[in-house]
Amino acid sequence: MIRLPDPKPEVLARREEIVSALRRAVPGEGGVISEPLRLKPYETDGLSAYKQPPLAVALPASTEEVAAVLRVCHSMGVRVVPRGAGTSLSGGALPLEDGVVLGLMRMNRVLEVDFDDRLAVVEAGVTNLAITREVEGEGFFYAPDPSSQLACMIGGNVNMNSGGAHCLKYGVTANNLLGLKAVTIEGEVFEVGGRHLDAAGYDWLGLLTGSEGQLAVVTEVTVRILRGPEGARAMLAAFKSNEIAGQAVDAIIGSGIIPVALEFMDRPAIHACEAFAKAGYPLDAEAMLIIEVEGSVAEQDMLLGRIKDICERFDPISLKVAETAEQSLAIWKGRKGAFGAVGRISPDYLCMDGTIPTGELPHVLRRIGEMSAEYGLQVANIFHAGDGNLHPLIMFDANDPASFRKAEDFGADILKLCVEVGGCLTGEHGVGVEKRDLMNVQFTAGELGLQRAVKAAFDPGWLLNPAKVFPLEGNAALVSAPAAAPSRSAAA
Amino acid sequence: MSGASIAPASEEELAEAVAEAARSGQPLAVEGNGTKRAMLRPVQAARTLSTRNLTGITLYKPQELILSARAGTPLPEIEAALAERGQHLIAEPPEPGPLFGASEPATLGGVVATNLSGPRRINAGAMRDHVMGIRAVTGTGEVFRSGGRVLKNVTGLDLCKLLAGSHGTLGVMTEITLKVLPAPEASATVAVRVADLAGGVRALSAGLGAPYGVSGAALLPDGGGGAPLAILRIEDFAESVSYRAGRLRDELAGLGDASVVDDAEQSRDLWRRVRDAEPLDAEPSDAVWRVSVRPTAGPAVARAVRAAGLPRLMLDWGGGLVWIAGPPTAEAHAAVAAAARAEGGAFTLFRAPDSLRAAVPVLPEEPAPLAAIGRRVKAALDPAGVLNPGRMRAGA
Ligand SMILES: Cc1cc2nc3c(=O)[nH]c(=O)nc-3n(C[C@H](O)[C@H](O)[C@H](O)COP(=O)(O)OP(=O)(O)OC[C@H]3O[C@@H](n4cnc5c(N)ncnc54)[C@H](O)[C@@H]3O)c2cc1C
Repeated sequence: MIRLPDPKPEVLARREEIVSALRRAVPGEGGVISEPLRLKPYETDGLSAYKQPPLAVALPASTEEVAAVLRVCHSMGVRVVPRGAGTSLSGGALPLEDGVVLGLMRMNRVLEVDFDDRLAVVEAGVTNLAITREVEGEGFFYAPDPSSQLACMIGGNVNMNSGGAHCLKYGVTANNLLGLKAVTIEGEVFEVGGRHLDAAGYDWLGLLTGSEGQLAVVTEVTVRILRGPEGARAMLAAFKSNEIAGQAVDAIIGSGIIPVALEFMDRPAIHACEAFAKAGYPLDAEAMLIIEVEGSVAEQDMLLGRIKDICERFDPISLKVAETAEQSLAIWKGRKGAFGAVGRISPDYLCMDGTIPTGELPHVLRRIGEMSAEYGLQVANIFHAGDGNLHPLIMFDANDPASFRKAEDFGADILKLCVEVGGCLTGEHGVGVEKRDLMNVQFTAGELGLQRAVKAAFDPGWLLNPAKVFPLEGNAALVSAPAAAPSRSAAA
Repeated sequence: MSGASIAPASEEELAEAVAEAARSGQPLAVEGNGTKRAMLRPVQAARTLSTRNLTGITLYKPQELILSARAGTPLPEIEAALAERGQHLIAEPPEPGPLFGASEPATLGGVVATNLSGPRRINAGAMRDHVMGIRAVTGTGEVFRSGGRVLKNVTGLDLCKLLAGSHGTLGVMTEITLKVLPAPEASATVAVRVADLAGGVRALSAGLGAPYGVSGAALLPDGGGGAPLAILRIEDFAESVSYRAGRLRDELAGLGDASVVDDAEQSRDLWRRVRDAEPLDAEPSDAVWRVSVRPTAGPAVARAVRAAGLPRLMLDWGGGLVWIAGPPTAEAHAAVAAAARAEGGAFTLFRAPDSLRAAVPVLPEEPAPLAAIGRRVKAALDPAGVLNPGRMRAGA
């Protein structure tokens, strides 16, 4: 159960006044929502176990309106939770009882596309996939491709520093940005970076990326767009154990080949996906890799041939190299539907997101298997094998509070294990509320103190997305008494 | 900065030295081997703190694409260790020794603190993009870590990014963990002789907009016979390189006289020279600037600074990085700054005599809200203001 900050009584008491001020900041139809029933869609995000209706929702349509909303909130001491599409899996966009949700979804215009300079300027509420749709006619694409790309918005991607299946080659969000327009909690508009590669001075762009709405509200993003490859093709390789599959991954990378994607699934994940997607996955395998390469057909043949030769040294159960684009899609179909597939076995699951040194994979999967037995909860593991980002999907029954609590404890144990073997709490989903109280596992009090000080340099009053990322304990701006107060917790 | 120099042999000693400086209010000029001492503004400190004795690779896992080394490790030592396992530094950081007249090699810490990247920046990211983790000491002597030793990590605020490119003003990095990659098996260059700089950038844009993974795109104002030469690099497995270079040459043939330099040695040497800005031909007395703009604005910057009497320049990063050399005067500096500003880009006074560096803003002004935030960040990390005072901005 995660504790939320004590609501400010003086804010709750001035609700009507705050809503009126917001309506003046965002005039016009659909600018502010305050009716309880219409607040419901905003009470949760991708971490749907947690729910909390906000004080109000403001939906500005321009940077100026965002600034006006922030000026209102700042002057009245109101907390603000920025929100894109609300697909965060870590509860990053979970509202607060005394907080205004500042939704960016009405800012959904593509402002400029420049193919010669290979960039696009878009508003924060443009979806990830919409950027690629806008430029693909010319053979270009926006590289980071989170599985949620149909829904999630670029402002959310920037604040989570999101990755995707192809980030092994193309990098995560941080590596594909040129500039931002953003607004401080005081309502001051500023720009960082621009249309050029290297801004001079402190790397504000890098600091703001992945800052989970702690530092400023992003309203416009300048992204790099890249020319797509001539083509891409996938292969599937299945092995007798996690160890062997891990060795095959090492051997591929050791040979100097960096595939565009290198995805690993363990036995439960293979079975779940196969039952769902009928992708033809080998059910007798303990572990399976999906490997994708790019280039001309001849280059694809060359790379897939080399990778196949390497895999053959590891006594594979099956090797399937796609001959056509359709066969590639079939190989990906199961993996892409993984969340839906697990959802069919168990309607409720927690998607964890730690990173480990890739060499630790067999050990970590063995420990997760043991814990799964101890907790009595099933788990399927999906792993971005090239970069060590592990997604255990823990299945539980949301109708049973004890089952949910067990799932949370199991998840926390997995993340502690990730840190213990030299990894980290989160590779791409962010800390949010979900992993907030584990930050002490990864960082010392001094290190957290420095991060808090940087947060406070942007937001001295702790009004921007408080209760996320940093443990509440000892933060006088957020909590009064040290003891956990269940009445102040979001309902699970 | 010829005063006393401290070169601690351990992180602990270094932290103690910084803590002592904070207590006594005696600022420190922070450096590795000091190769880039003449970059940006002269530091207002009587004593120097060097990381030169904090050396050595502490972790190298080729299969995990991860290398950690202490901040004072000379780059050539890291490059050699990587080469032994067929890998390399992704951002191809310049070795500006020749530009600065330094005889010692740059250190890892110095390259990260200045966020210097070479030609591969255009498709593989900047130096800061590959910093996965750091250990560092704050201005009060407190040791802290950010990031880690894995390739994907969004846990907490990314202080690695804040320190990379902060020129030693926010903390002293003691150890750095980098992402590394396999070095390409082969490399070739497509050269296109063009009529003018604008035509050259058109060729670079066409190449970068083609599906061949161009990993270097530079423009030499005089590629022989007074005509500019656009050069584009392909790096990959040998079969891919010969195929892609051929296709690229054919596609660019309409934009100028195009040919493939497939002698690997010659191609590598050419890009090393571009990396270190040798084609700039800076004279020993010249000031040197770097201007970063959107690529198609490179020729306009070149035109503007030439009109102001700065004849020596070269373009990298598809046209978006303009190296400029010329007389070290306030007028020349104002012309470069104005040219960068006119195109919405950024400038850095990269090298100049102390008199000029101390007299002009060596970096663009920051917008007021950011400047205020920057002061608070500085106060959080270096409250006594003892780390490299004056390095980036006067009085800060
Ligand atoms: C099915 C599914 C699959 C997913 N797959 C992936 C994946 O493959 N890779 C991956 O990395 N993630 C994945 N995610 C997680 C999620 O989609 C990403 O974190 C995404 O970037 C969130 O975008 P959003 O627009 O939904 O942001 P939200 O969830 O609305 O917000 C995310 C965070 O950013 C803040 N924020 C949002 N917009 C702004 C803004 N404009 N200014 C300041 N702060 C802001 C919010 O306060 C919050 O803290 C997945 C989620 C789901 C549900």
